[in-house]
Amino acid sequence: MPKKENIKKVLVIGSGPIVIGQAAEFDYAGTQACRSLKEEGLEVVLINSNPATIMTDSNIADHVYIEPLNVETVKRIILKEKPDSVLPALGGQTGLNLAMELAEEGFFEEHGINLLGTSVSSIKKAEDRQAFKDTMESINQPCIASKVVNTLEDAMDFAMEIGLPVIVRPAYTLGGTGGGIAYTEEELREITTNGLRLSRVTQVLIEKCISGWKEIEFEVLRDAKDNAITVCSMENIDPVGVHTGDSVVVAPALTLANREYQMLRCAALNIISALEIEGGCNVQFALHPESFEYAVIEVNPRVSRSSALASKATGFPIAKVTSKIAIGYTLDEIVNAVTKKTYACFEPTVDYCVIKFPRFPFDKFVNAEKALGTQMKATGEVMSISNNLESALLKAVRSLEIGTKHLWLEAFDELSDEEIRAKIFTMDYERIFAICEGLRRHIVTIEEISEKIKMDLFFLKKFKNIIDMEEKIKAGLDEETYIQAKKMGFLNEVIELLAGKKCEFDKPAVYKIVDTCAGEFEAETPYFYSTYDEENESVRTDKKKILVLGSGPIRIGQGIEFDYCSVHCVWALKEEGYETIIANNNPETVSTDFDTSDKLYFEPLTKEDMKHLVNTEKPDGAIVQFGGQTAIKLTKALTELGVEILGTKLEDIDAAEDREKFDEILENLNIKRPQGDTVFTEEEALSVANKLGYPVLVRPSYVLGGQGMEIAYCDNDIKEFMKIITSQSELKEHPILIDKYLLGKEVEVDAICDGVDILIPGIMEHVERAGVHSGDSISVYPAKTISDRLKKVIYDYTKALAMALNVKGLVNIQFVIYNDEVYIIEVNPRSSRTVPYISKVTTVPMVDLATKVILGTPLKDLGYGTGIYKESEYSCVKVPVFSFEKLHGVDATLGPEMKSTGEVLGIAKTFDEALYKGVVASGINIKEKGKIFISVKDNDKQEIIDIAAIYEMLGFDIYATAGTANVLNNHFIAASVVRKVADGENNVIDIMGRNGFDVIINTPTRGRKEETDGFKIRRLAVEHGIPCFTSLDTARAVGKILLDKKKNNNDPSIIDITTI
Amino acid sequence: MKAMLLLADGKMFPGRVKGKIKNATGEVVFCTSMVGYQELITTPAYKGQLVVLTFPLIGNYGVNKEDVSREGIYPQGIIVREICDFPNNFRCEGDFEKYLEENNIVALYDIDTRALTRHLRDNGTMNGKIITGEFDKEKELDEIKAYEIKNAVAEVSVKNELTISTEDAVAHVVVYDFGVTDSILDSLKRRKLDITVVPYNKTAEEVLLLEPDGVLLSDGPGNPKELTGVIAEIKALMDKKVPMFGIELGHQLMALAMGGSVEKLKYGHRGSSQPVKDLDSGRTHITSQNHGYTVSGINEDEAVISHININDDTVEGIIYKNLPAFSVQFHPEPIEVNKDTSYLYDKFVSLMGGNENA
Repeated sequence: MPKKENIKKVLVIGSGPIVIGQAAEFDYAGTQACRSLKEEGLEVVLINSNPATIMTDSNIADHVYIEPLNVETVKRIILKEKPDSVLPALGGQTGLNLAMELAEEGFFEEHGINLLGTSVSSIKKAEDRQAFKDTMESINQPCIASKVVNTLEDAMDFAMEIGLPVIVRPAYTLGGTGGGIAYTEEELREITTNGLRLSRVTQVLIEKCISGWKEIEFEVLRDAKDNAITVCSMENIDPVGVHTGDSVVVAPALTLANREYQMLRCAALNIISALEIEGGCNVQFALHPESFEYAVIEVNPRVSRSSALASKATGFPIAKVTSKIAIGYTLDEIVNAVTKKTYACFEPTVDYCVIKFPRFPFDKFVNAEKALGTQMKATGEVMSISNNLESALLKAVRSLEIGTKHLWLEAFDELSDEEIRAKIFTMDYERIFAICEGLRRHIVTIEEISEKIKMDLFFLKKFKNIIDMEEKIKAGLDEETYIQAKKMGFLNEVIELLAGKKCEFDKPAVYKIVDTCAGEFEAETPYFYSTYDEENESVRTDKKKILVLGSGPIRIGQGIEFDYCSVHCVWALKEEGYETIIANNNPETVSTDFDTSDKLYFEPLTKEDMKHLVNTEKPDGAIVQFGGQTAIKLTKALTELGVEILGTKLEDIDAAEDREKFDEILENLNIKRPQGDTVFTEEEALSVANKLGYPVLVRPSYVLGGQGMEIAYCDNDIKEFMKIITSQSELKEHPILIDKYLLGKEVEVDAICDGVDILIPGIMEHVERAGVHSGDSISVYPAKTISDRLKKVIYDYTKALAMALNVKGLVNIQFVIYNDEVYIIEVNPRSSRTVPYISKVTTVPMVDLATKVILGTPLKDLGYGTGIYKESEYSCVKVPVFSFEKLHGVDATLGPEMKSTGEVLGIAKTFDEALYKGVVASGINIKEKGKIFISVKDNDKQEIIDIAAIYEMLGFDIYATAGTANVLNNHFIAASVVRKVADGENNVIDIMGRNGFDVIINTPTRGRKEETDGFKIRRLAVEHGIPCFTSLDTARAVGKILLDKKKNNNDPSIIDITTI
Repeated sequence: MKAMLLLADGKMFPGRVKGKIKNATGEVVFCTSMVGYQELITTPAYKGQLVVLTFPLIGNYGVNKEDVSREGIYPQGIIVREICDFPNNFRCEGDFEKYLEENNIVALYDIDTRALTRHLRDNGTMNGKIITGEFDKEKELDEIKAYEIKNAVAEVSVKNELTISTEDAVAHVVVYDFGVTDSILDSLKRRKLDITVVPYNKTAEEVLLLEPDGVLLSDGPGNPKELTGVIAEIKALMDKKVPMFGIELGHQLMALAMGGSVEKLKYGHRGSSQPVKDLDSGRTHITSQNHGYTVSGINEDEAVISHININDDTVEGIIYKNLPAFSVQFHPEPIEVNKDTSYLYDKFVSLMGGNENA
């Protein structure tokens, strides 16, 4: 069937900010979708609130709206743009839910808009628990004993009927938010209550627990003609019980015999046909390990995280094909983009295996609950490809950047055998490492592990093979052992460590092509992975070539923005006629799409892995400044490998990080910074802190996202923080910085420098004072309260620093303004997380310009001038988004250590409106009136008065703890006193439990103490979805705009950023 | 133990051997299926061949008594990257290596199967030999080049007639055994047919004496053009307007009997992801195939192409215009009953006068 003729203009709905459970994969999917619609000559309108994405670039869609993703906004954009169709299946659960709401309201019908792809009724059949169950029953597909309930009572009754444990799954939530396994009645009550609240339709599924079964997924595609294929099978190494997003996954499934495989494959195809899915879809099965019994766990009637993985694992572009199907094509009409000789109507066959390994945020959230279950906790993932499983595993582990290059963790050295055994038998995020450690110590057998945790012996034996190889190397390293170890994926440095000597052998890696067809057809796709075979398929060309390093897995502090930068760098290089080579390992990203660069190497980003790549490609240079800290960390290694670093050089990057060198530069330039010193020990730290005077900022050097950064108010704080910092092996080799903490206004710039001139596209100002990590701050462009004099100082300082550090390309500088003076906080001679949004709102294509500058074009010839770029007439507010509800035990307070997972942008003609839109887009939903609870620390008590006044004017009833209430009442603001927890019943927590408050303002006394009232209040607020401000600046700003909005009740504007 | 694969063009691939340690000569072909190694080596169509498995991890779930395509082991040897020495599956009764050893089959492993596959893809299927120990290359090459798969069908076909009867049979089908797999017979059984399996060299006259409602020409190994006698008997049956259904080799033989032509594909279709378009319904099916030859021409007065392979446009199915006969180049029977191509069996049953939905 050719393209449908009635489709001319399509609205694509994006997935919004990065949160746990919904990460960069939807930027990848959405970008692919927009491009494949545009290449069909369709006009594309895009809405997504996430400004760090590639899909919101003005060259990806024809009309781009960075606006809140809610029904109201989408409606208004539709009325303005008048698209004839909407494509909802590429924007994750967020996009799908929005489309469903609009469809159910009859909005699409009323305005004659087609919903492309899978129909509303099909989506309902897949998403609604009961409808899904009925459909499965009608085609004889077994489901797990389960019942949909809307009340706690029904949940309890049913659970008693089928017996505990049961799994609670809320309907229409993301990444299983709010779900869990209940082993006791009390747990059941707690999880169900929470789940009902989080579900859009107040509905949860109570389901028989089938923990321990194999978890198998199929990625399936179907077109309107009922052609259906399975793209890829995937098997979770962790059996059912761990969320698939948190599981280590292999593709294809490896432990199924043909019979089980075909049984599930056919089931997946039958299901997709019965549901009449048009496009990509994901089917999850649980398979009994001792029989053919299986059950359908769930179906995602849309492109998902697994689709991204399946796409990257096979080379089959699921999002692109889904988009083509949505506009009418059938699978046998769509050309296979890899072979260009065959069609999309085939099932990819691979001749390698793939591992997906999740990346957890527990290095940031040391106090978070680390057990894994049905609630996803990983922020990102890595993928590796190899022709054996052992090597794929080792590649994945070293791609994670968790401070280890092998299946071991240094921290385990200190654990006793019993502690290791305990870790093996707990569903812990480090379990695979614990298993390996247990096998290494011979304190457990694979049979015992399999018996207890139901992990398949096949996988355990693969771990054991790695341990056996370690022992073999220890026993004596000859060439044959060396070659076997290399094939198994061991790094030379690991081999040398085990052998206890320098390795005299050196086998180079070769590269194989990912071609979707196991070599059956010639492929044109330069998509490579390394092996230790003889034949190398990567043919070096004679073109000038540049290596661009990607940024690895998404983690807190290093998100999708660096993928945006890497991809834009590649595009700019291509434009300049260079051959581009990307090395990266994140399957969710656009940079790892095989048609982004000229050559893609799906590899771990370590020195040795890069050595082989560099030896194969002999690039003319490498660019590291766009790949975040991951790439920056490889600067030294690449320099040692003889690769020219294009842009800012290694010694200058070092100078910015090295306290002494940097202080020297500042002194020469006569630029002030908060006083401080470098220390290594607790004693030194205490002495420096007392000399500077509290409060002080404590942070390890060489980290991103303020990892391990804290504000200390007293000696005890210093002692506590030093203990935490020195316990993290990655950090303890580097010095620790202690600075005087200036409670001033934080200002940030990104600048492009060519060694002569600089261009500052925009100066940003943070709503929160210094001390809240810049990634967690609400950031405002153009700066609102900075005088022209200070702007000039900022420009002068930026230029002086950029020159002194010989910056070529991008530099990010953070300043604090204190008593009308400008101090430097830090300088990062690389791209930053604000680059994408500033590029979009100022229309200065920063990465493009920086890349051209790096290649030698003077800034003044690039058409954007030098100096400070003219201020936009639009005001933009970047608002952070957190995933606290997914992470139990994490204090939801803001501080110098970054905690947000993503961001949204509000853009409008006025600051107030932009802030309002940003806040709404971030999901903070404040009622117009109600009850506000305020409890602030003593330092904040004076400042809270006018803020409370704002909320009072808004019509809120104010409740406060005794101290805060006292101050307020003294200033004629009526506040009722609420009991603290220690004061007995009907205290603040009890009231919150009854949803007694609508907004909370709470500033933490300090620290990570879980027993404080403040901690409990903030956690409960997160879990009950109550807006909670932990920064007075945010509370004030939001209160003011609400008040403003109340006065002049206009609809917020909607702005097509391609017209800016 | 170290070993070498020597190809007819002189190219060598080093590896190691497992299973039955021995030398083995054969036609080197590759198969892209990711699962089903036990079914593969028990498929008669692989008779005389050295089969390269492109998927690198083989033997993961071991072997068992059930998962065989047909009794016996057919390839000369197999070539893999890795054989799992620690299989695990609830039906696992032994490991693949031992199974090979017991069945006198050599496995060449630890070789770059992708490089070999690419070589075969670019240069076409060719003969080769797995050699252990020292060897004289020129001498070996003479032997390799001289190798031919001959009389493969005669070797794999049953020697005596075999009947399988069902209660309430809707029709009686005679199956010419050129190397029929159990899955084909199972598909017939499921449709309540009385089945008589006959040796490949049964004459048309003998078959007609069995009073069949239809004749199925099975899959099997080797070059169809070699089977001139069989082709003549098929022609005789076609002339009698006996309902007929050809699968894989049977499809090629039927084409030859009806004036069509057959040629050898450069590197064959072997694997479970061959996309076949049914030109009548417009639907594309993912099929399982294992053949090295293809029908390259038909007599258009008598026949019409019903299916094509969308990868290379080769003929995948033929309908004979004035006869109750049709054939396909793929296996229409998936293991499970499903939406794929098993409708072709229903069509056959209906040609034989049985109930289509039986």
